[in-house]
Amino acid sequence: MHQLFLPAPAPTAFTPGYALVGGLMIGLSAALLWLSIGRIAGISGIIGNIFAPAERNWRLAFLAGLVVMPLAARLFGIAPTVHLQGSPSLLLAGGVLVGVGSALGGGCTSGHGICGLSRFSTRSIAATGTFMAVAVIVVLLTRAVF
Amino acid sequence: MRNSLAGLVSGMLFGVGLMVSRMADPAKVLNFLDIARHWDASLAFVMGGGVAVASVGFALARRMEHPWFNRQFPVLATAGITLRLLVGAGLFGIGWGLIGLCPGPALVALVLDPRPVAIFVVGMLAGLWGVRFLNQRR
Repeated sequence: MHQLFLPAPAPTAFTPGYALVGGLMIGLSAALLWLSIGRIAGISGIIGNIFAPAERNWRLAFLAGLVVMPLAARLFGIAPTVHLQGSPSLLLAGGVLVGVGSALGGGCTSGHGICGLSRFSTRSIAATGTFMAVAVIVVLLTRAVF
Repeated sequence: MRNSLAGLVSGMLFGVGLMVSRMADPAKVLNFLDIARHWDASLAFVMGGGVAVASVGFALARRMEHPWFNRQFPVLATAGITLRLLVGAGLFGIGWGLIGLCPGPALVALVLDPRPVAIFVVGMLAGLWGVRFLNQRR
């Protein structure tokens, strides 16, 4: 079982300044998309609807912008490190759960978490509270038990 | 054209925001969720900053008749709190808590470190598109 789950966690530095500046940019992104074209900056919705012929252009452009910046960061040698842990099967299962869950729930951390909370949507408040609580329990269980 | 430009700028800001805030790193996310040990409260500042700016944007939009480049604001889902919403959020929370990645950070992390992240992204896309496909056939 030890191989299946994450090993004991390494601490990460508390970085409130970077977190706040990054958060402000994400909020600005969501505000701009709504003010300019009246669309929600929800990543799962944008990916999920990418095959819908209507409105494909802005969705493709958004995803292009989203991935071109990390590409630029790599080219300039300022890319942040990604510490991903988990066996291939666990990574695959986690991905399926995130995909199915956000499709069923109609949103993820961006659509429900940032946009939904910002417009005081009761659906989004319920969804965000649920996935936050469940994720905390999952982390406590996997890190404590295994 | 203006719609695509709006999407591009918004996507670029989102991508930079995820990197600057370090939310593309699953270790930061998992340590935020791990309130018992090594708690790293950074993610709360990301959410706080994001919601602060976005709520100003949504408030401004309420005084507008239509978006800058579009004829009208859409009417968003008003289905209320359904079982489907809660089950979906629950499944999402399990996956998020197991790996520490959600859709936006997953795409950014895929570019930063493709080899391990790709497995997660394949599962995520299969899940997202699979549910949509089944919904359309119903």
